[in-house]
Amino acid sequence: MAKKVDHRFVMAGFGGQGIMSMGMMLTYAGMIENKNVSWLPSYGPEMRGGTANCNVIISDKAVGSPLITTNATCAVVMNQPSLAKFESSVEEGGILLINSSLVENKAERDDIDVYYVPCNEIAVELGNPRVANMIMLGAVLQLTEAVTEDSLPEAFKAVFGAGKEHLLPINKEAIKKGAEFIAKQA
Amino acid sequence: MAKVLMKGNEAIGEAAMRAGLDAFFGYPITPQSELPEYLSREMPARGKVFVQAESEVAAINMIYGAAGAGARVMTSSSSPGIALKQEGITYIAGSELPCVICSVGRSGPGLGGIQPGQADYYQATKGGGNGDYHLLVYAPANIQEMCDMIMEAFDKADYYRNPVMILADGMIGQMMEPVEFKELKKEREVPAWATTGTEGKRAPNIINSLYLNPEDLEEHNIHLTKKYDEMKEKEEQWEEYNLENAEVICIAYGTTSRIVKNAIETLKDEGINVGLIRPKTLWPFPEKAFKEYPKTAKAILVVEMSTGQMITDVRAFNEGRLPVYFYGRSGGMIPTPEAVVAELRKIIEGGK
Repeated sequence: MAKKVDHRFVMAGFGGQGIMSMGMMLTYAGMIENKNVSWLPSYGPEMRGGTANCNVIISDKAVGSPLITTNATCAVVMNQPSLAKFESSVEEGGILLINSSLVENKAERDDIDVYYVPCNEIAVELGNPRVANMIMLGAVLQLTEAVTEDSLPEAFKAVFGAGKEHLLPINKEAIKKGAEFIAKQA
Repeated sequence: MAKVLMKGNEAIGEAAMRAGLDAFFGYPITPQSELPEYLSREMPARGKVFVQAESEVAAINMIYGAAGAGARVMTSSSSPGIALKQEGITYIAGSELPCVICSVGRSGPGLGGIQPGQADYYQATKGGGNGDYHLLVYAPANIQEMCDMIMEAFDKADYYRNPVMILADGMIGQMMEPVEFKELKKEREVPAWATTGTEGKRAPNIINSLYLNPEDLEEHNIHLTKKYDEMKEKEEQWEEYNLENAEVICIAYGTTSRIVKNAIETLKDEGINVGLIRPKTLWPFPEKAFKEYPKTAKAILVVEMSTGQMITDVRAFNEGRLPVYFYGRSGGMIPTPEAVVAELRKIIEGGK
């Protein structure tokens, strides 16, 4: 029998860090792989440059509530305020990924698996600081296997549009680097 | 057509265009602004009419006019914006014109907040405007269902010559889910009653809601009531979920029903059976779903994102047979599955 799929992601950071599009990529890829999916954004004043977050569900089962409050299987925090806000959203035994380039603090909980990924540094090394979100997405996929690499190019095109297709190689590379960073730690 | 991942608000726009929308008149308001934004781009590109009116009041009166001229029309707004439209809505109902109104609810009262809410149940089902009229009101729980309901809404609006409302909330408007659009089965013809110009060949068609003679107006009211009775007979829709052997029956619609389903699954894993009746039409309220309960049912729990509105109808159709409890959050706060589970436990274990 195939592995049970039931992922609940919380992704958070500043507006402009590509949080929403990272979540959309994951959601789209899940849809391509015939999973039940949902993507729910925060839509308050944070849309105007403050903090941004989204909830992504990828599951074998029909998606119930699209809102994730306490039972995230994986939380991604890309900036300092998001750590304070979302560390508690992860369920026991879940995964917390922290962008250590921008987050100085360490996680306080010891009942979850915490990974520190210097997303911005790796992105700069790669030559494009804007792909920090894709570094993180690579790390997320390495740890959760929520979707496969194969569906990402199509998801990328769907999210970013045909006009951004020339950026696919650097984004693929960024996803690979993020995955490698995690693989090296294991 | 393949599935696409789409934001609820944009999906409303696409579904309406697939249903043959001729013209959209609206005014932006969070959390539904992506809908007019989408249509402002797509409608002109497809040779259709998009107008951002100067206000909600103007928009609904443009709907009144364009519907009278025989166009397939839609407007959309959110709670306080829908409040502003009420005068136009009752005129449209009184004049027997078809249109679709999308209400993507936020929290209230007044300007309230921009987070999701279901406190517009009364506004949608009990009529915010004056007079004996009703809207046919659909309450989708996911984006696919919302798109299907919109396609259906236009046809029902034509059939009954009555405004039809899609009552969603900010969560379903903002979230993204996969959706597959259906194509319109057949082209809509301009209705014979429309004010399209006589060309000197027929008597003028008159669109009006004013009847100064009480005998005539009563007759008009009786005629409208017959339509509403037909809606009650034919249009009630609901979903039953895990109802067999249920100890408690939850009643919830829209987004809230999804949260309740999570709670039901949690309890099912413990061997506790809880069911759900989810109204898919809010008016007519699915009275038939309340005819007979499973013998195991001991109580009803109504869950809403309000301080309790639909519960009035549940109580009416329950007719005192089972105790009716309520759990709700308001002001843009969303009930959690855990909180619903806790309420259900109180009822089941505590004999609340």
